[in-house]
Amino acid sequence: MMEFDTIAAISTPSGEGAIAIVRLSGPEAVAIADRLFRAPSAKALAEQASHTIHYGHIEDPATKETAEEVMVALMRAPKTFTREDVVEINCHGGIVSVNRVLSLALRAGARLAEPGEFTKRAFLNGRIDLSQAEAVMDLIRAKTDRAMDVALTQMEGRLSRLISSLRQALLESIAQMEVNIDYPEYDDVEEMTRPMMLEKAQWVQSEIAKLLQTSQQGKILREGLSTVIIGRPNVGKSSLLNSLVQENKAIVTEIAGTTRDIIEEYVNVRGVPLRLVDTAGIRETEDIVERIGVERSRKVLKEADLILYVLNYAEQLTEEDLLLFEAVRDMNYIVVINKTDLPQQIDLDQVKELTSDKRLVTTSLIEEEGIDQLEEAIAELFFEGEIEAGDMTYVSNVRHISLLHQAHQTISDAISAAEMDVPVDMIQIDVTRTWEILGEIIGDTADDGLLNQLFSQFCLGK
Amino acid sequence: MPQYEAGTFDVIVVGAGHAGAEAALASARMGAKTLVLTMNLDMIAFMPCNPSIGGPAKGIVVREIDAMGGAMGRVIDKTHIQMRMLNTAKGPAVRALRAQADKVLYQQEMKRLMEEQENLTLHQGIAEELIVEDGEVKGLITQVGGIYRAETVVITTGTFLRGEIIIGDLRYSSGPNHQQPSIKLAENLEQLGFETVRFKTGTPPRINSNSIDYSKTEIQPGDDVPRAFSFETTEFIMDQMPCWLTYTTSETHQIIDENLHLSPMYSGMAKGTGPRYCPSIEDKIVRFSDKPRHQIFLEPEGRSTREVYVQGLSTSLPEHVQRKLLESIPGLEKADMMRSGYAIEYDAIVPTQLWPTLESKQITNLYTAGQINGTSGYEEAAGQGLMAGINAAAKVLGKEEVILSRSDAYIGVLIDDLVTKGTSEPYRLLTSRAEYRLLLRHDNADLRLTELGYQLGMITEERYARFLEKKDHIEEEIKRLRGIIIKPNEQTQEAIRNAGGSELKDGIRAADLLKRPEMNYDMIASLTESDIALSDEVKEQVEIHVKYEGYIEKSLLQVDKLKKMENKKIPENIDYDAISGLATEARGKLKEVQPLSIAQATRISGVNPADISILLVYIEQGRIAKV
Repeated sequence: MMEFDTIAAISTPSGEGAIAIVRLSGPEAVAIADRLFRAPSAKALAEQASHTIHYGHIEDPATKETAEEVMVALMRAPKTFTREDVVEINCHGGIVSVNRVLSLALRAGARLAEPGEFTKRAFLNGRIDLSQAEAVMDLIRAKTDRAMDVALTQMEGRLSRLISSLRQALLESIAQMEVNIDYPEYDDVEEMTRPMMLEKAQWVQSEIAKLLQTSQQGKILREGLSTVIIGRPNVGKSSLLNSLVQENKAIVTEIAGTTRDIIEEYVNVRGVPLRLVDTAGIRETEDIVERIGVERSRKVLKEADLILYVLNYAEQLTEEDLLLFEAVRDMNYIVVINKTDLPQQIDLDQVKELTSDKRLVTTSLIEEEGIDQLEEAIAELFFEGEIEAGDMTYVSNVRHISLLHQAHQTISDAISAAEMDVPVDMIQIDVTRTWEILGEIIGDTADDGLLNQLFSQFCLGK
Repeated sequence: MPQYEAGTFDVIVVGAGHAGAEAALASARMGAKTLVLTMNLDMIAFMPCNPSIGGPAKGIVVREIDAMGGAMGRVIDKTHIQMRMLNTAKGPAVRALRAQADKVLYQQEMKRLMEEQENLTLHQGIAEELIVEDGEVKGLITQVGGIYRAETVVITTGTFLRGEIIIGDLRYSSGPNHQQPSIKLAENLEQLGFETVRFKTGTPPRINSNSIDYSKTEIQPGDDVPRAFSFETTEFIMDQMPCWLTYTTSETHQIIDENLHLSPMYSGMAKGTGPRYCPSIEDKIVRFSDKPRHQIFLEPEGRSTREVYVQGLSTSLPEHVQRKLLESIPGLEKADMMRSGYAIEYDAIVPTQLWPTLESKQITNLYTAGQINGTSGYEEAAGQGLMAGINAAAKVLGKEEVILSRSDAYIGVLIDDLVTKGTSEPYRLLTSRAEYRLLLRHDNADLRLTELGYQLGMITEERYARFLEKKDHIEEEIKRLRGIIIKPNEQTQEAIRNAGGSELKDGIRAADLLKRPEMNYDMIASLTESDIALSDEVKEQVEIHVKYEGYIEKSLLQVDKLKKMENKKIPENIDYDAISGLATEARGKLKEVQPLSIAQATRISGVNPADISILLVYIEQGRIAKV
C-alpha cells in the first residue's frame, strides 16, 4: 500500500496489441528483474548502464524453465516515470505469457500494484504536476470501487468459501493458542500442542497447494469465464464469435502443452473477461455438435461457465434444438435468436417456455443488431453473481495467486518450525500471518475477529 | 461556599489509584512541582478487586513501567506474598510474571514512596470542578472551595465517576468498595463536552480463611526461585503464601439457575457494558451451560488479614444467594462471607477524544488516564498513568511529548488501541492485541525503554550505568558466539549427543549451534572458552536473540514498515471535508480520531486502503503547494 516497496503490473491495456509490458517500480526493481532475467551475455541488469534495452529470456527461478523471450528496458531513478528504479519487461506472447511473467515477478518479491499506483508514485515523487492530483484520486477511487463490486460478487464464490473455511480452521487454533497464553491456569481449555498445530498447518498447506496448482495449470491465470457457443449448423455461431471478437479486440492465443488445435479467443465484454473455448472447432466445422457429437459436447458444456445458445429465427425448432435445450438445462446459458432480418419461422412462445427463467436476446448479426443487448445480458449475469465460475476466480486473480504464494510460504515456515522444537507460540506467528494473508484475498481484514472467536469459544475469567 | 487559593503547581493529578500514583510520581521525578489530590489518603493504590499484579501481557506492562522509572514493579517486589512465572513451557515472548499482593502493604509502600518523593505534594480533597478558560484547563476547585491552580491536570478517577453499586435488586450511588462516588466532577466533564459511556465491572465475595476447609482444595504455591518485576530489585521475598484451587459444582449451577431472575444482569437492572474476559459466574453458567464446573481460586489478600478473595465467583446476585453459592463449593461449605460481591457501573469517557499523549482534544492541558478511559486492570491503569504523567510534566517543562509506538511497548499498543479504535467494553490487554509480541517481551523491557526513561530523568545514573553495562555484555557475547567456530571434537560430540542432537559433521559457528532446539546457552558456553562471567539476565538475552534470530528479524522488518508509515505525519490542521474522494464513513472516522500519522490512520476501522491512498496524495499535494 505504501510507496517504499517494489510494485509490478501489466502496464499495457488488457486485450490490446501483441506486445505487453510488465512494469516494475521501486527500490528492488532491478534486483527482482535479475532474479528472472537471463541475457545471452549472462550479464546481470544490475551491472548494466541506465536507460538501456536488453534482449534475453525470463526464466522461472524454481524450475529453470524459460517462460518468455523478452526485451527488458532498464531505467534507474530518478529519470523515470515514477522517479524510482523502473524495469519494463516487453513480452509478446499474449495474455498468458505476460501474466506468467507478472506472477513470476510477484513471486520474486514484487507486490502487485494497486490501480493507479504507478501514477500515484509518480505524483508523490514529484514527477507529475499538481493539477493532476485530482485525476489520480479519481482514478484510485473509481477503480477500487469497481474492484470492490466485483470483490463482493466473488464473496459469493467458491474461492471465498474455501478461503473462509481455511481461515476459520486457522482461527480456531489461533484462538485456542491465545487462550493458552492469556489464561495459562485455565484447565478447561485444551493445551495446543505442536502435533495439533502441525496437523492443522499441513492441511491448510495442502489446500493452498491445490489452489496454486490450478493456477499453474493456467486455469486461474488465464482469467475469464470459459464460454461456449453452441447451436445447429448455420445459425450464426461464427458470426456471433466474430462480432464479439471484433467489438472487443480479442487476442488469439495458443495454449502450449494442451491440444494444439484448440484456440481460445480472449475477449473483454463490458468488464467481464470471457474465454471463448473451442472456437477453432466452430471455425473449422461450423459446428461443435456435429464435430464431436452430442455426448462429447455435453462434456465440453459441463466445463463451461457460460453458454451462448444460438437459434435460427428463420427456422422452426428441430429435434436437435430440443436436444441441446436438454443438454444445457441447469447451466448458465443465454439464448440468442439470430437472423431477425429474415422472416420469422420460429415459435417464440415455445422458445420462451423452454428458456424459462434464463435470459433471451434476439439479434441480427448481419445487420449488427442486438449485440449490445447480448453484452448487457452477459454483464448482468456476471455482476449479479449468477455465474459461478468453475475456475474459482475470475477477476484480479494475479493478486490472489501472489497472496496464495505468500500464504503458502508462511504456512510452510510454520510447518518447518513445528517439525523442529520451536515453541508453539512462535509457530503461531506464522500461522497468524497466514490467516491474515488469506484474509487479504477475500478482503476480510477486520481485526476483532480473533477476539470475538476467543470469547465465544472459551469461558474465560482470570 | 467561600473559595480560597489553595496552592499553585505545575501539574495536578486527581486521584491516587494505580494510574494517579504513577502519573504523580513520574511528573515529580521529571522535576515538575506536582500535587496529588485524592478523596481519601488511606486509599492510595488500593486494589478494589483481585489481589494480584501481572500475568500475561499485564506483567510485561509492569516491567515496562519499571524500565521507564515507574513504581508498580518496585512496590509489588516489596509487598507480594507469592510470585510465579507463567507460560514457562512456551516461548520467551509470552512468558509473564504474576504476583499475589499483600493489599495493605502495597498501599502503604506506595504511599510511603509518594510521600518521600521530591516535588510531590499529597492532599486529601474532592475535585468538583475544573477551571477552564478558552478551552484550556487552569486548575480545579474542591468541594470545600479550595482553588488549586496548575499548568496541566491529569484526571485518574477510575470507576468513581457516577459510580453505582448493584447487588441483587439493590442499587446505590457509590465508588468501589463503598467509597464516595464522584458525581459533581462527572457532571462537570459532561458540561465541558466529554462524551461518556456506561461501563460495568464486578468483584467476587471475600471470605474468612479460618472458615475454609483447605483439605478439599488443591494447593497453588509460588515459584521457589527468586523472582522480581523491577530491574532494580536485589532483595527477594522467599517466604511465600500459597493460593488454593477448588471448583463449582452442579449444585452451584443449579442455585444460579434458580436465582437468575434476581441477578441484575438478567433482570435488566444493570445496563452498563461488562467485560467479556471477566464474566460474572452468572454469565459463565448461562453462556457455557455445557461446562460441568468452573475453577475457583482462593487468593489471600495479605499476610496481616484473614480475608480471602474468591477468584472466579464474581457476582452481583443478592447477598443471601451469594452465601448459598459459597456453601455449594468444596472447601467453602462453612465459609464465612466477610464482604459480598457486587457489580459497579460507572462513566468512562470515550477514549477517541484523546490524543496519543492522553491529552484531551477538547481541552488543552487536560489529561485522563486509567479506568476513566475505558480500561480495566491495575496494570493498564498504571501504564496510562505513567504516560499521562510524563506528558503532563513534559508540557510544563517544555520537553517533547512522549508517544510509545505499538512496536515499542505493550503500553503503546494499549494507548494506540484506545485513542484510535475506542473500546466497546472495559478494555483489557491481551497478548493477541500486540502485533510484535516477539519484540515486546518482559525480559527485554529494560532494553526497549530504559534509555527513554533515562532521557526523561526518571532513571538514576547508577541504574543507567548498570543498564549500559548489561547491554554491552549482551552485544559482545553475541558477537563472540558469531565469530567462534566449534570443532567436531569428542567433547563437542558428546555434549551434543547428551542433549539428544545429531553429531556435527564439520565445524560450526557457536551461534549456529545454539540455534538448534536442543542446545542452550550454558552448553554452548561450556564448549567455548570465555573468561567473562555473565549474569543470568545477559545469558538469557543472548540465548533468545540467537535462537530466535529469524523470527526477530521478520518482526523487525514489519516494524520497519510500520515506522515508515508512522513517519508520514498528517498535518494538524488538515480539513477532511476538503478532500474529495474520501468515502463518507472514512471521512467521519478520520474527523473523529484525527490520526497523527498515516500508520495510525490505517488502523481506524472503516478507513480503507483507497482512502489512505487518497489521503497520502492530498497531503503530498499540500506539501508541494506550500513550497
